[in-house]
Amino acid sequence: MDVELQLNVENLISRYVHAIDDDRLEDWPGFFVEKGRYRITTAENYERGLPLSIVYADSRAMLRDRVSALRHANIYEAQRYRHTVSSTLIERIDGNTARATSNFQVVRIMHTGDSMLFAGGRYLDRIRLDGNDSRFEEKLVVLDSRSVDTLLAIPL
Amino acid sequence: MSAGPAARAWPAEGLARVPYWIYQDEDVYRREQERIYRGDTWNFLGLEAELPEKGDFKTTFAGEMPVVVTRDETGAIRCFENRCAHRGALLCLKDRGNLKEIVCVYHNWTYDLRGDLTAVAFRRGVQGKGGMPADAAPESEAPRKFRVEVFCGLMFATLSDKTPPVERYIGPGVAARIRRVMKQPVKILGGYTQVLQSNWKLYFENVKDTYHASLLHLFFSTFRLNRLEQKGGVVVGGEGGSHVSFTMMKTDSSGDEYEKAGMRSVSGGYRLEAPQMLESVDEYGDGVTLQILTVFPGFVLQQIMNSLAVRQVLPKGVGRTELVWTCFGYASDDAQMTERRMKQANLVGPAGYISLEDGAATGFVQRGAAGASERSSFVEMGGRTVESNESRVTETSVRGLWQQYRRHMGL
Repeated sequence: MDVELQLNVENLISRYVHAIDDDRLEDWPGFFVEKGRYRITTAENYERGLPLSIVYADSRAMLRDRVSALRHANIYEAQRYRHTVSSTLIERIDGNTARATSNFQVVRIMHTGDSMLFAGGRYLDRIRLDGNDSRFEEKLVVLDSRSVDTLLAIPL
Repeated sequence: MSAGPAARAWPAEGLARVPYWIYQDEDVYRREQERIYRGDTWNFLGLEAELPEKGDFKTTFAGEMPVVVTRDETGAIRCFENRCAHRGALLCLKDRGNLKEIVCVYHNWTYDLRGDLTAVAFRRGVQGKGGMPADAAPESEAPRKFRVEVFCGLMFATLSDKTPPVERYIGPGVAARIRRVMKQPVKILGGYTQVLQSNWKLYFENVKDTYHASLLHLFFSTFRLNRLEQKGGVVVGGEGGSHVSFTMMKTDSSGDEYEKAGMRSVSGGYRLEAPQMLESVDEYGDGVTLQILTVFPGFVLQQIMNSLAVRQVLPKGVGRTELVWTCFGYASDDAQMTERRMKQANLVGPAGYISLEDGAATGFVQRGAAGASERSSFVEMGGRTVESNESRVTETSVRGLWQQYRRHMGL
């Protein structure tokens, strides 16, 4: 097992989820390469080979637009996430790229105090390896359920 | 909770008021199942393109009633209750698939693709022992069959013989606007479900409410996609519960009504870094960039630029609704067109730049009116009656919903 690779990738994923959970959304696009792809879809769409996404971006600029909309345009009640990521399996594609599959769960905490298991599924990541500056070339979030409660504002 | 519908009186102001008990009462909800979903209305089942082959089936709901929708061996679309004649178990447990016959897992009673009972396991017993009486007629408890009409590739079903044909039910104005979008064979691009913590009628009103669109949804107004001074209109169809609203973006006069009114929804200075997402093509040659259409009680057809979708509004209890989205393109789309539709899908669904707020807004009403069952919402924008309108600063199609609803419910 390539321990250094494992730590590198897990560290990237950990920093990513902490940025979201700490409401540092402005940092979120920076976890991707300039032309990075980010998609949220359902296991049903994924398994049926259907292209529809719940969120789809193919550049950091589109990710910044989403943050900007969340901060300035869209209306939603105050809420936070708490991510738990586990069981990350990593496969090296070449010297600079790796593929990682992780399980994740997200608890959503509303300002009212209501907490719920909001989302669960897999992260299917393709990562450009660069020491402490590794980034996602692609992050595909596959939700196990086809249902989303109320709305999905903050990224997963 | 409180008095039944018979003891409830609609406010004297008529369609210009909607009493909050209508979203809260369990007995109203039960009566809706009987009078609306199992009454003389058309339930939307999905796109015919979901069932391309003979033997294809899907399961869905008519109100709370579980149903199976099939394409039978003759190619016709059928719909029947997803309930075994024997003990009432679900006949089909899967969301979709392909079958030659349907076998209830509980006791192996067998049905054809039309929902007719074809075999009862051990009906005559085993070796002369057991079995049913010779005069037993289990077919008497068979799953109920729906009348099905496929209109422009949209599957509708009704249990009533009295429901007029779909085109008459929705009226010519709305029918023409369905034909506009469903102009050629479609291709399914995927789907998801949005769970709304509100009564189904709050969502159906929301879709019909052209007044809120540019006030709640800042994303639209900032980019002048749906400013109220843009050219468009509202057509109310059938008995009032069906409607279509449309906007022609290119006629935007870039006016300043919002700025003058000091609306929150224009905050200024907000620009997209990647506006390519909104680059669209006029597929219909009429300049209409946004068309939202409903058919009572639970169908929505959406064209937002090149993002096309049907939405099925399913009640799941007094305060809970499932919104089942299916996004589609045309069978003739090339890869570039599909990519364009997928980018614009960012506008819709639970994370949609536009639709996201609707998921929350209906819940705000459900929660806000929790202690006000005897009070009413105030619905006088655009007057107190129901009629088609060139302005979208109107609640005419919301009043239309209540006109048809009250007729079905006897309220």
